[in-house]
This record gives sequence, C-alpha cells and structure tokens, in this order.
Amino acid sequence: MESSEVNMSRDSSELDESARGSSSPDLALERVLSLLKSHRDRSSVSLVCKDWYNAERWSRTHVFIGNCYSVSPEIVARRFPKIRSVTLKGKPRFSDFNLVPQNWGADIHPWLVVFAAKYPFLEELRLKRMTISDESLEFLAVSFPNFKALSLLSCDGFSTDGLAIIATHCKNLTELDIQENGIDDKGGSWLSCFPESFTSLEALNFANLTSDINFDALERLVGRCKSMRVLKVNRSISLEQLQRLLVNALQLAELGTGSFSQELTFRQYEELESTLSSSKNIHTLSGLWEAKGLHLPALYPVCTHLTFLSLSYAPLQSGELAKLLAHCPQLRRLWVLDTVEDEGLEAVGSSCPLLEELRVFPADPFDEDIIHGVTEAGFVAVSYGCPRLHYVLYFCRQMTNAAVATIVQNCPDFTHFRLCIMDPGQPDYLTNEPMDEAFGAVVKTCTKLQRLSVSGLLTDLTFEYIGRYAKNLETLSVAFAGSSDWGMQCVLTGCPKLRKLEIRDCPFGNAALLSGLDKYESMRSLWMSACHVTMDGCRQLAREMPRLNVEVMKEDGSDDSEADKVYVYRSIAGPRRDAPPFVLTL
Amino acid sequence: MQGGVVIRVGSGGGSESGSMSTVSREDNMVVSSEDSSYPDESELELGLGLSLGGGFKIQQVSRGGQYARILTAKDFPSVVSADASSSPSPSSSSSSSSSSLSRANVTAGTKRSADSVAAANGSSQVVGWPPIRAYRMNSMVNQAKAVATEGFKSTMENHKNETSMLEKRTIGSYQNSGNSKLRKSLFVKVNMDGIPIGRKVDLNAHESYEKLAKTLEDMFLKNTTSVNPVGSRVREHEVARPSKLLDGSSDFVLTYEDKEGDWMLVGDVPWEMFVSSVKRLRIMRTSEATGLAPRLQERNQRQRSKPI
Repeated sequence: MESSEVNMSRDSSELDESARGSSSPDLALERVLSLLKSHRDRSSVSLVCKDWYNAERWSRTHVFIGNCYSVSPEIVARRFPKIRSVTLKGKPRFSDFNLVPQNWGADIHPWLVVFAAKYPFLEELRLKRMTISDESLEFLAVSFPNFKALSLLSCDGFSTDGLAIIATHCKNLTELDIQENGIDDKGGSWLSCFPESFTSLEALNFANLTSDINFDALERLVGRCKSMRVLKVNRSISLEQLQRLLVNALQLAELGTGSFSQELTFRQYEELESTLSSSKNIHTLSGLWEAKGLHLPALYPVCTHLTFLSLSYAPLQSGELAKLLAHCPQLRRLWVLDTVEDEGLEAVGSSCPLLEELRVFPADPFDEDIIHGVTEAGFVAVSYGCPRLHYVLYFCRQMTNAAVATIVQNCPDFTHFRLCIMDPGQPDYLTNEPMDEAFGAVVKTCTKLQRLSVSGLLTDLTFEYIGRYAKNLETLSVAFAGSSDWGMQCVLTGCPKLRKLEIRDCPFGNAALLSGLDKYESMRSLWMSACHVTMDGCRQLAREMPRLNVEVMKEDGSDDSEADKVYVYRSIAGPRRDAPPFVLTL
Repeated sequence: MQGGVVIRVGSGGGSESGSMSTVSREDNMVVSSEDSSYPDESELELGLGLSLGGGFKIQQVSRGGQYARILTAKDFPSVVSADASSSPSPSSSSSSSSSSLSRANVTAGTKRSADSVAAANGSSQVVGWPPIRAYRMNSMVNQAKAVATEGFKSTMENHKNETSMLEKRTIGSYQNSGNSKLRKSLFVKVNMDGIPIGRKVDLNAHESYEKLAKTLEDMFLKNTTSVNPVGSRVREHEVARPSKLLDGSSDFVLTYEDKEGDWMLVGDVPWEMFVSSVKRLRIMRTSEATGLAPRLQERNQRQRSKPI
C-alpha cells in the first residue's frame, strides 16, 4: 500500500478547498474515481492534471499514511475533505523490538483533534505503532457519532478502560480489533460495557488480552450480533465456553479460539465437534493456546475449508501437526511454532500443496542449552511440496547456502523472504562460509521480491547481489551484517524501488549514509542503529537534504560524536514539534 | 556482533561429565570467546546471542561430536547480566574479562558496549534480537522457564490475579470462570546420554510414570525420519513397546534432578510428589548411574546377568 506522501508535496501550498472546479465533467470524473481503491492508482491519477488532482481528492474516502510524521493532519485534511477511513503508522518498525525508547512520540491525539473538526463523519481508524491514550479513546468515542471500526496493532499508551469507553459510546461499532499491543490490561469488565441494545458488531478481536472477561456478557453479545463474522477470543475462554459461543454464531468466517486444553467429558467433546461441523463458513482459525493433540480432531470438519491457520501460540509436536494438516488441503497461510520441527514441516510440504505463506516462530528463542526447533531441512521440505510459496518468515538456528538455493529454485515466486538465523553472524554451518550465496540466490531467482530480511554471517557481497538483482525490492532489514560502507552503498545505488531500509549493528558509516542522498526522498524512511555513523555525518545529511527529517536518538553514556540511532524520513510537515528531549532533529 | 553461548555436547558421557553434582553445576550459561583454546575435535556448537559488545564468529558446527563436555564458568568470562534470574548458574558478571572481549572478532563491526537485557526473560540477550514482538516473546518464552525456577513459580502463584508483568508473561496460570479444570503446562528439559539434542516434555500432559516413559522412549529411542524431499510421508504409526526405561531392562535409566540438586532415580516416589520436585530429567546410561540409588545397583546386577 503506497501512501500519497509524494503527491502531497506538490500542491500543498496551492490547495483551496472551495476551488473545486466548476464544470460537470469533474463530477462525473469524481464518480468514476470514487471506484478506485488502490492508493497507487489514486496517486497516479492525481498526477495527470489539475482537474484530475481535484477530482481525486474530492472522491477519496480512505487515506493511508505510512509515516505519521511525513505529513501533518492539517495538510491531510486540507487536501482530502471527504475522508471516512484513516490508516496511520507511527514508530519505526524496530520499536517492536524495544529499540525505540518510551515516549518517542507518534501520538494520535493531535490527529484526532483535527479529524474531529474536519471529518466529523469519520468511520474507521486503523493504527499501527502509534501511541493512544485512554483520553484519546474517549475523545474518539464522543467526537465521531458514525464511528464504526477501530483497529490497534502494536500500539501502546492505553488500557482496558479506554476499551470500555469505546464499547459504551460507539453505537455503530462494527469492528473492534485489538492486536498485540502494549495495553494495560486492568481487567475484563470492558466487554460488559456493550449495551444490551447494541447489535452491530461484525468483528471482535481481543485475543491478546489476558484478563478474564464476563462470559455471560460475551455470550449475549455474540448471540445478538447476527452479522458477526470475526470472533477472536482470549485465553480465558475455555473449550466448553467456545462451543456455547459458536452455537449462536454459525455464520462466523474467522475464529480465534481460547485455550484449547480443557479436560472435556465425552459429551462435551461431542458437542464441540458437532458445533464445529456446523460452522461451515470458517476459513481462518487461530488462538488454540495450549492445544493438545487430544482435542485437535474436533477441528477436522473446520479444517476442510480452512485457508489460514495460525498455530503460533500452540506448541504442537510434529505428529500432532501432521495429523491436523492432513485435513487441511486448502490451506494458503500457515503460522506455526518451531516445536513442530523439521518433521512437522515435512507434513506441511506433503499436505498443503496450495500453501502461499508460511511463518515459523521460535517457541523458545533464548533456549540456553537445548537446541531444537527447525533447520534448513524443514524449509527445504516445504519448498518441494509447496511451489506456490511466496511469503516466508523463518526463524531457525542453522542454515546453509545450498539449502536456500534449492528452496528458491523450487519456489521462485517469493515476494517476501524473511530469514532469521537466530545466532547473529552465523555462517553456513556445513561449509563455514558466509551466507552471501544464499541471499544471492534469493535475489537472482526471485525477481518479484519486495521484502527481504537477511541474517547470518554476511559480507558486502550479499549487498552487491541485492543492489544488482533486487529490482523490485521495497523493504530491506539488515542486522549484524556487512563488511564496509560499500555494502550499504550498493543497496542505495542499486535498488530502484527501495522504500524502507532498516539497519542495526552493521559496520556502515558516514560514507554509506551519505551515498543515499539521492535516494532518501523517494523512500519512506531509513533506520540505522549501532552502526558507525557519527553526528557530523548526520548533520551533513541534514544540511544537504533539507526536506528530510534527520533525527538522532542519543543514549545515555554514549560518546557525543556517535549517532547511536538514526531515523531519516521525508516529510512535508517539517521537523517534529513534539520530539522528546532524547530525539535530536538535525 | 555480540558474544554468544557455546555449548558443546557430543556422544559419550565419558569422564568429562564427572559426578552427578558436578554435572548440575556445570550446566551453566556462559560466554565463550572466539579463540579460546578448545580441543579440535568435531563437535556440535550451538550459539546464542548475548549482550556483549565484542562479538565472535560462531565456529563450525557439525553433528555427532565425539565427546561431551559442558563448559563451565571457569572456561570463559561470564557476562550474565544483573537481571538474569532464571538460570541456576552461580556465575556472576564480575568475573567478565575485558581481554576476552577485545580478542573477539567483531565481524559486524559494531562498537557498542553491552546492551541492556531484553525485556522477555531476564537472561542475557542482545536488545531486540531475535526480532520478535515483545508481546509474542512475553507469551511464549517464559512457558518453560516458569517451571525451571522455583522463585518464579511461587511468584506466579502470588500474582496470579494481578496484571503485573510477571502475570502477563506466564502461560497457563490463569483463572477461568468456567467450571472445568484447566491444566498448566509443566515443561522440563530432558537430555539423553549420547544424544546432543535435548528435548522438553510437558509433565502435566502425562498422568503417570508409564506414560512419561513411553513419551520419552518415543522421543529418544525410536528412529527419526530423515528428510526425503520427494514424496516424503510422515510416519504416523507408532510401534507399541513396553516401557524399558522404568523396568531396568534397557541400557538406560531415567533419572531426575530435584529441587535440592540431587539426582534421583525416577519412579521411587508417588507421581504427584515427583512432579512437584523435579527440575529436569536425564536418561542416563545404566553404567554411569552407580551410586544413584541402591535399587539401581540391584538393577545393574540383574541386567548384567541377562543375555545381551
């Protein structure tokens, strides 16, 4: 999804809300353009001519902003008067891994204030890596009477009190999606705040909250929301309770179970199985905490139609997975833990020929003296059985160049290749060579590659390959890799579609940083931490490229000349006005 | 690059492992540096990132090492951070030696000094590595750690109803408003002599010694399927076999380390008492298990008199 950031820079000073254009062809054009949903298409349209630019901006109802600091809410509101749905992303991605200090920013509140004035009919807000307080949630709930959908992923700053306010006041709510956030879970009473008269909910996801909720309230809520198609409950919901929920929601398309390890009587098990058999619309299944092999057969009737199965919180063994997957021939997306080991992945290869996406998460990434999990063998096995595989996220402890070469030969259509060899700087464990050839094979073979995460022992050669071959690459994540500035230079001068580059703990310095001068304005952002960049280098970058925000986060106790964490991004909103003391804008 | 933990294991319990009590003390997490003078056998080395400024190249890893030796704190400087709580290691950060760090090969060229500990579980890590979202880490990582550490466990009990960080981290220790009983997982580590790769087993998934022994035999004593790229099929069929680990008829016996650090023969106490006091398991060669328990010696006698 491409944002319209580039376009905004052109005419932001010329916008006049009332100068809409007088002739009727504009209205017809607007009608036509209102059918355009893709942001890239809309960006292209807006560049054709002034009339088309205006028609586009008046017909657009959804805006996607990939970096909340690239533009200001005032500019957005000025250009797009009719927005109903906003998607905003805030902090750099490495904040997910604790690399960005608290209170860095990305506060939604200033945006809400502008939206309340300019978009009183706002319906949808989807936030990723933003900070949102309970006060902001309250402001949201009372300012937008038509509000329908709230989705929070990897956000922080709020508590279940804020959810209670949303539940209480948003009478038209259709979607409440709370995923993997830094939420202060004070209890489950928020769910009981949905009024008895409230029936509009279509999607409810509270899977990652920990507190118990009032089951009776949930049961009644699900029972009266007849349009509900997505229900993802949290671990506090037992199997027996799940069955009671499902019986009144056979129309569900996406189900996230609670805990899957209750001891059931035979009759309870039969009831569960029977209810699941009747749930013929479920195509996405997740949750399954502590799923035991014992109860998994109850899922078999659901498995037949399943296209997305997430077992990323269920530490299954290989045999249990194999038995389950034998019933999932339609699977397109699978998320598992590495407890299934290579044998489990062999089963993936043999049971799921239509698989397009595989994510293997480590069950115990800090396992200290016992190593299990998956190896290169499992990945290779999947590649033989699943030629349509194009998205992989794979955490492992060993890999070889040869295995990766085989994998991409079997699956040349990779668009997202994220390989994490968990020990930093680890070479090919059989040949002891760097993993350069592995990623060389990836970029040479997978011409559609959009996203790449590299790992293992890598020299500049990897980056030469990337620069030379990865012509569609948009996002690159690098850690503990490279030998010199040359590596980063290759990428910056080579990858024409690069939008996001995030680097940590690499030997890239000022020369590398400055080699991207021509590139950064066409990118969303650059992150460099624990590299060899200095304050002087950053200052030079800031001087030469005034339309970039060059921000340095200083850490306590570090050398004054070092630039510990550097975040560079294009912006038409100028330097941040809300930067905390540890963020220096150069 | 940062330092890592190198654990060398291999076949043959050998003389390196010494007495039982030495084994338990040696099972520490420690740091190695690149050019320490290790013997040059082929050995399995498994590395982990630690929060060290100096990095080192992980050396060649090969399967099927020839000897077993678990490196101790004496072998390298420890850089366990102050927050490390779950490891039973007595090694402290004060013994870290800077010379070792400076020798380390900084292949990634970073000159950062030791980072603070990652949020998840308190043992030494590089911040933000591996790149897993904090939420997921908190959910999964402490599942087994919670049972390995006594203190952690009792804290879990005390804070069961609070939304503290600890409570958020634990899996399975949550209340349920329904009537049915929910079972916590209780994972303990299992090692078998001669097999470099250890496993974990959920004791609460087994109600008896027999079931546990069966699971362990399946894990360690059955043949594993090798990867067959073309048309591989998963073997689902499991051969029924009477338990050998408990009746003394095998070359191996099942032992466990209890909370006091003593190694005992599995099966002597009631199951519930065993579950509440076990820290980890070891499938030990019968020949090595002398002095473990009088009954064991009896079994040895019986075994020697059986035809092989």
